[in-house]
Amino acid sequence: MKSPNKQQQIQKTTKSKVTGDNIFKILTTIIATSALIILLITGYTLVKGSIPVVQNFGVNFFFGQQWNPVEGREIYGILPYILGTLTTSGVALLIGVPLSLGIAIFLVEMAPKSLRVPISYIIELLAAVPSVIYGLWGLRVLRGWMVTYIETPLSKYLGWIPIFSGNPQGLDIFTAGVILAIMIIPTIASLSKEVLTAVPNSIREGAYSIGATKWEVTKRWVLSYGKSGIFAAIILGLGRAIGETMAVTMLIGNATGPSAMPTSLFQSGQTMASLIANGFTEATAGSLKYSTYLGVGLTLLIMSLVINVGAHLIMTRVFKVKGGAIEQ
Amino acid sequence: MTTTTTTITQEEQNNKHVTNDQTQQEIDQTAKMQAINVNVWFGQKHVLKSVNLTVKPNTVTAIIGPSGCGKSTFLRCFNRMHELAPNAKMTGKILLDCEDIYERKIDPVQIRRRVGMVFQKPNPFPTMSIYDNVAAGLKLTGTKNGKHLDDIVKRSLEQATLWDEVHEDLKKPGTSISGGQQQRLCIARAIALQPEVILMDEPCSALDPIATAKIEKLIIELKRNYAVVIVTHNMQQASRISDYTAFMYMGELIEFGETRQLFENPKVKLTENYITGAFG
Amino acid sequence: MMHSYGFRKFKNHLFFIICAICVIIAIIPLASILFEVTKNGAPQLSLTFLTGTNANGGIGPAIQGTLILIGLTSAIGIPIGILSGIYLSEFGNNKYAQNLRTINNIITQFPSIIIGITVYGILVLALGSFSALAGAIALAFILIPIVTRTTEESLKLVPNNIREASLALGAHNWRTTLNVVLPTAKNGLLTGTLLAVARIAGETAPLIMTIMGNRYFFQGLNQPLAALPLEIWKDALQPYPDVQARGWGAALILILIVLIVNIVVRIATRSKMKT
Repeated sequence: MKSPNKQQQIQKTTKSKVTGDNIFKILTTIIATSALIILLITGYTLVKGSIPVVQNFGVNFFFGQQWNPVEGREIYGILPYILGTLTTSGVALLIGVPLSLGIAIFLVEMAPKSLRVPISYIIELLAAVPSVIYGLWGLRVLRGWMVTYIETPLSKYLGWIPIFSGNPQGLDIFTAGVILAIMIIPTIASLSKEVLTAVPNSIREGAYSIGATKWEVTKRWVLSYGKSGIFAAIILGLGRAIGETMAVTMLIGNATGPSAMPTSLFQSGQTMASLIANGFTEATAGSLKYSTYLGVGLTLLIMSLVINVGAHLIMTRVFKVKGGAIEQ
Repeated sequence: MTTTTTTITQEEQNNKHVTNDQTQQEIDQTAKMQAINVNVWFGQKHVLKSVNLTVKPNTVTAIIGPSGCGKSTFLRCFNRMHELAPNAKMTGKILLDCEDIYERKIDPVQIRRRVGMVFQKPNPFPTMSIYDNVAAGLKLTGTKNGKHLDDIVKRSLEQATLWDEVHEDLKKPGTSISGGQQQRLCIARAIALQPEVILMDEPCSALDPIATAKIEKLIIELKRNYAVVIVTHNMQQASRISDYTAFMYMGELIEFGETRQLFENPKVKLTENYITGAFG
Repeated sequence: MMHSYGFRKFKNHLFFIICAICVIIAIIPLASILFEVTKNGAPQLSLTFLTGTNANGGIGPAIQGTLILIGLTSAIGIPIGILSGIYLSEFGNNKYAQNLRTINNIITQFPSIIIGITVYGILVLALGSFSALAGAIALAFILIPIVTRTTEESLKLVPNNIREASLALGAHNWRTTLNVVLPTAKNGLLTGTLLAVARIAGETAPLIMTIMGNRYFFQGLNQPLAALPLEIWKDALQPYPDVQARGWGAALILILIVLIVNIVVRIATRSKMKT
């Protein structure tokens, strides 16, 4: 506990009594504990609240598809929303990751100096736009683009493939995935940019000196050196995608029950977050339905925790181990 | 050979006096590489000022001078590596077999295969094995794994006097060996492409004396097949291994000539001061 | 060999073009959002729109609500965040602090809607009503970990000799921290905090289950409250063109708040770095 730190070290030489210094330290310690308190409150509320529904349905809560709020015949299974979350996030990654990597590579390896700052700046602004405004724009603008330019042609020519089947309306899993892709670009792009910047220049020089082209240097040396860091950036993007609420809620079509199972991209669906946003306030506290929402919240929280902690572990390892190796 | 060099040296001298009319440098047909009136700027900073230099085939040419005199920058002009710095600007010509490598139609990627480079700090590719470090350049042009590639890797490592030490560890990462071995691996990596010229940028400055001795011996061997240009801040090293020496100061080439002549009987006072340790 | 080289060169150019296209694709949504929000939102702007209630065709309560939320949340969250950050930076060389740091990083990544249902569970149910206070607490839960992190990072940039200089003059630790270290780190702190506040200003999900929305102006900390993000959400889902137009107007106000803070902060920090 008492390993020396900046101020203590210095203080040791002076006197130590019950002074303003100690009070100040204790005060900040107590206040810093707020992070732990937030974590505990959240965990406690969600775990306690979801006990009834898990007791009632057991594993069927996680693997069931039915959604029946009629009292006396209540049945809640959240599989469609878990899968909906995974599918929209998956679509988001499929589209968002290549774009983000392209941006990061452009910024670090190719862009003339004068373009670097303004472009990173624009990418950061993309992160500053509130989710609800993405939702509004998605509803009024992106939805139209999706139906006209992407979904209709796809369903016309590739409609025989199950994931492209159905009649595209624009309020569906695909559109939700695309808006998520746009929203996770800043996360993945700026983290990848940091990872690529951390790749030592001596590697690039070595590669150029044996006559590699810029593309070869990037693909074979820079990306391969930074691959675990980029992987962590992608995982963090995934973490952002699964928890994202408003824009998805406004675009996914909000289906419930078995029809919310994501069988086609052109079908309305539901994610865990959008389910909560849509219905939470209608549930009476203490009811089974209320407990269901908390159960969904807990599931979402656990998924998000696993993803973020995983990414965090990779990130620290990448920057420590590789950092050491660079210095030799 | 000797006569040509002296002419060049005299030209150098003239050059310093008649700064306006330096474009008329003669092309030396016997040179492997020749720098003509090279100027380099980093942003506003003028780091190389009308530098001329001739590199003969099968010789070692050393470039010496205090740090910050522009010798590394100059070396990097020989395979267009300085272009990687975002704000670098260059004028003048660098000839490789009497052909300007800065001509529009010439791609630096091809030049770098003919003019290899070894860097100050050993920089083997950390994500690749020892074998792949040597083979990397050949794989770029589509050489597939197999006997042929194995042979080239073996020959390159042998030429770099590293084969005996690593032939059982070819699958290990390039960074797993000692610093001196890493530097020889980088030399093998350059040799594998069978370049015509090898540039070395203070290749021993990060190494201990024993590793340095090995590299120096190797450099003298390399002369048999290649022209070597080496930048060094170590004057003893230059006098030990080089045939020609160029002394640079503040972005200018002060004196260039046969190594022994330059060290024993420098023509310019500044060179003498530097060699005798009056500054630096 | 020559053919192979030509192909490599071609791939190199193609690669450059593809990366440039990626950048352009990412810029399109931002440009389109700014264009659409301005085009559809700007015609709404008028004094009545900014100050009237929905009944009068305005979004006054939502603007007021968002400003109140920003104020309340900052009042709760910024001091806690800064003091936590001070702890982690100045006294943070022990196991307990390391754990807090990790926890802090983890709650920064919590989906915001989780915070919403948590605060509903502990506060809205206890108070028996949706309320401005619950909204501010929920947003503070989001703000605190961000401010903590920014503070820690900014304070760590303050060189140790500045601390030593102050202590050598006989100043106490806490005086040194408050009077010397904090002011030195002022720019970083200000930047990070402003950006964090701009972020919570646009948060929507946790507001759904905490402040609920209100057609009237502020009626007390324990009463439901209107806010711009909720206004945008609800208006967007209505089929009536005039209501939708109101939503665009609200979006313009919100995006102005968020983007102006962002742009001003970045320009300020950039010019600082240059000089």
